[in-house]
Amino acid sequence: MTYAGVLLFIVLGSVWLEFVFKLGVFRQWKRLLGALLIGITPFIVWDLWAVRADHWSFDPAQVAAFRLPGELPLEEFLFFPIVGLAGILTYEGVTKVRSHFQSRSS
Amino acid sequence: MTYTGLAVISLVVVVVLDVWVLRTRLLGKSNFWLAYLIMLFFQLLTNAVLTGQEVVQYRGAVIIGSGNDELDVIPFIGAGRIAYAPMEDLVFGFSFILLTLSAWIWLGRRRAEAVAPDRDVDVDRAEQTTR
Repeated sequence: MTYAGVLLFIVLGSVWLEFVFKLGVFRQWKRLLGALLIGITPFIVWDLWAVRADHWSFDPAQVAAFRLPGELPLEEFLFFPIVGLAGILTYEGVTKVRSHFQSRSS
Repeated sequence: MTYTGLAVISLVVVVVLDVWVLRTRLLGKSNFWLAYLIMLFFQLLTNAVLTGQEVVQYRGAVIIGSGNDELDVIPFIGAGRIAYAPMEDLVFGFSFILLTLSAWIWLGRRRAEAVAPDRDVDVDRAEQTTR
């Protein structure tokens, strides 16, 4: 379950930004889903292709037994929405914090 | 096609999308680069676990460095590896983050224009103050 632990760490490390900095990312759920869909799709396709072409593979002992079509472990699929969300929250967090300090100093 | 080749192509495609197609121009914004540096730190950390523990294994023939099939021990740095991961992973991660954020900004701008079509100048100005 090593991979699942890594995903949990990313979720815990990023979702608090939404609430502490009141980012309002989840409130814009349509925009969020749209951005994730656009961002994720080509990279999932790449991942599926790469597994087929044996560019990389996953240790069965360290991922969930459940496999999605194309032999992707569940964790590898979840990686994309989780990291995509973390990226959006990080960007919005940086934007909010910096604009806060800039408006105070001017 | 190697992982290296695909990584380079993905980088070119997302840069073209950000700068010329969606015109989100994140590559010119310091907020993007600061956010990316934070993401990069956590990518190096989390991917080091995934690649160092060999959860994900790479075939040597398709990367610049050595594959898991060619190494007895995965080096932390060296043999084309950075924090245990093939250097191509850094490009993969950058492309994924840039595309996702570019889509996020593009959809937000479209929404703002749909609400107030004549205020797109203000949207641009508001973004410029956060550069």
